[in-house]
Amino acid sequence: MKVVLQDLTKRFASRQEKGKDVIAVNHFDFEIPDGQLVGLLGPSGCGKSTTLNLISGLETPSEGKIFFGDRDVTQLPPEERGVGLVFQNYALYPHLTVEENIIFPLQNLKGKQKMTKEAMREKALEVARLVQIDQLMERKPRELSGGQQQRVAIARALVKIPNVLLLDEPLSNLDARLRLQTREELRRIQRDTGVTTIFVTHDQEEAMSISDLIIVMKDGVVNQIGKPQEVYDDPVNLFVAQFLGTPAINVLEGEIRDGSLYIGQEAVLPMAGKAEGPVWVGIRPEGFVLDEKGPFTCEMDRVEVMGRDVSVVCRHAKMTGRNLRAIIPAESGVRPGQREVRFSLKPYKVFVFDRESEARR
Amino acid sequence: MKKNNWKAWLYLLPAIAFLAVFMIYPLIDVCVYSLEENYSFASGEATGIGLANFRHVLSDPFFVQALRNTFLIVIITVPVSTGVSLLISLGLSSIKRLQNAFQTIYFLPYVTNTLAVGLVFMILFQDKERARGLVNQIIVWLGGTGVDFIDGPYWAKMFVMCFYTVWVVMPFKILIMTSALASVNPDYYKAAKVDGASSFRIFRKITLPMISSTVFYLIITGFIGAFKAYSDEVALFGTNLNAAGMNTIVGYVYDMLYGSSGGYPSYAAAAALILFAIVFTITFINLTVSRKTVQYV
Repeated sequence: MKVVLQDLTKRFASRQEKGKDVIAVNHFDFEIPDGQLVGLLGPSGCGKSTTLNLISGLETPSEGKIFFGDRDVTQLPPEERGVGLVFQNYALYPHLTVEENIIFPLQNLKGKQKMTKEAMREKALEVARLVQIDQLMERKPRELSGGQQQRVAIARALVKIPNVLLLDEPLSNLDARLRLQTREELRRIQRDTGVTTIFVTHDQEEAMSISDLIIVMKDGVVNQIGKPQEVYDDPVNLFVAQFLGTPAINVLEGEIRDGSLYIGQEAVLPMAGKAEGPVWVGIRPEGFVLDEKGPFTCEMDRVEVMGRDVSVVCRHAKMTGRNLRAIIPAESGVRPGQREVRFSLKPYKVFVFDRESEARR
Repeated sequence: MKKNNWKAWLYLLPAIAFLAVFMIYPLIDVCVYSLEENYSFASGEATGIGLANFRHVLSDPFFVQALRNTFLIVIITVPVSTGVSLLISLGLSSIKRLQNAFQTIYFLPYVTNTLAVGLVFMILFQDKERARGLVNQIIVWLGGTGVDFIDGPYWAKMFVMCFYTVWVVMPFKILIMTSALASVNPDYYKAAKVDGASSFRIFRKITLPMISSTVFYLIITGFIGAFKAYSDEVALFGTNLNAAGMNTIVGYVYDMLYGSSGGYPSYAAAAALILFAIVFTITFINLTVSRKTVQYV
């Protein structure tokens, strides 16, 4: 089912200052198409979880509307929205077995939807098979590993066949190896069920790797919505550019003048037709090409070998933050002893942002 | 391993010595006392060994009365105080404004002197010629006839006794239960709400199991405390509890030792052992039941 947020806003009374509001979600206006896996991405405290709570109905919006399909669910309590919610800590009822946990939502059904015990057990087994925990039905949650607990939580959220499946930081409590596995698993379960799924994460890699669509948020404001690769290749502002990609994008002070992009005294790229003036220059680490006659010079610090590629760590006077990092193929022939390296830049890996607004130029 | 053993015993020694002198020795002594027939304080001698003391105590109408009172108090006050405390705790944890203020108010009786509270209850519930208590004033104002709860019919005295006991034991239970409720992760409630559970079902299926070990602890200690009731009775009805017909087992033990009819350590010991047997049995039953119902999470 498609999910539409219409001018959605949530304000909280500020804890620090009386009478002042904190805007956790600021005029959200977007549509999530049916059957997609959507990553809601942003640094902690940006309002991702609040957005999820608004969609689930645990919070009511201050303004705006939420639609599931064509149905306005803004005023509906959570139980009438037909959402499945997986909590960050899974919130499995510790005194119930896996099976009882999965059946719990079914037992709450009333009236016509009421099911017999047998039907419930059958249904529970069906979703348990889907998430591959059907061997563990008699166990208590504390007897399960983190990954298994998560599957139980997903099974519990799916058992009523929700309109929308919501996951709050689904992978953050798992160790690195399990995280990779579960990520694939999540993708598979979502494909198998076709349920519109929204998950919250602060890990851009996680969001990029499995989402059909990512929504990048900052301070309660949606910055960009799009397919992961599109957002990566075409960030709308400095924040989005910096937030996506590991290693992070290099940001340097630059200037546009005489139809060229200058970093320091070096004209690194031709840039005709853009307004002149000081800018931020974002260069993706993979945007460098080792080139003895290249226009961009920097002082080499060290070379980190990554196997297929090497990561050249450099210093540059105009670089903001830490060292500049360029990732180039290992066979490019950079010598560890070298003092100075010269690069030319791939134009499509270089983004120019306004100094003031930090918007893409 | 063996080397460490004597060290462990050494560390335990102070506690063991203390317990031996003030717990184990008196316990054995009580058993001995209870079996000595016709023991006399004056001569310090007994005429024989046997169960005569138990026979005497069990056939003593005052003891039977005390036993009946104690059981009534236990059966009425433990469920009522636990249930009402649970309701109050649920209320307290669901309000947001003034929560601390209310918690303090509900905790006040706990830090108030029992005898002082007893006096207040006495004044509230009495119905003397020139001193009609507030409760009776209200009853009369509503068109009823006044009842002297302090010096009147048995049911009235038992009512005020149970009322008072519940009042006195509740603050502690409320304190413990509110903290147990606060320790339940709110995510469980959110999850249950999203899953469509009604608030009654959330309470029965999630809240109650989650705090069941605390509730059970309060029930066990409540049983034991109520069986050992004595000072509350004195606070309401004075020291001559037999005359008031409101004696308890512990009161009977005290009377047999030091009361006006006292001077019979053997009877006191026998009564104390009977109480011990009762409390032991009830606690054993409690533990057995709990093993099936309590969730330790």
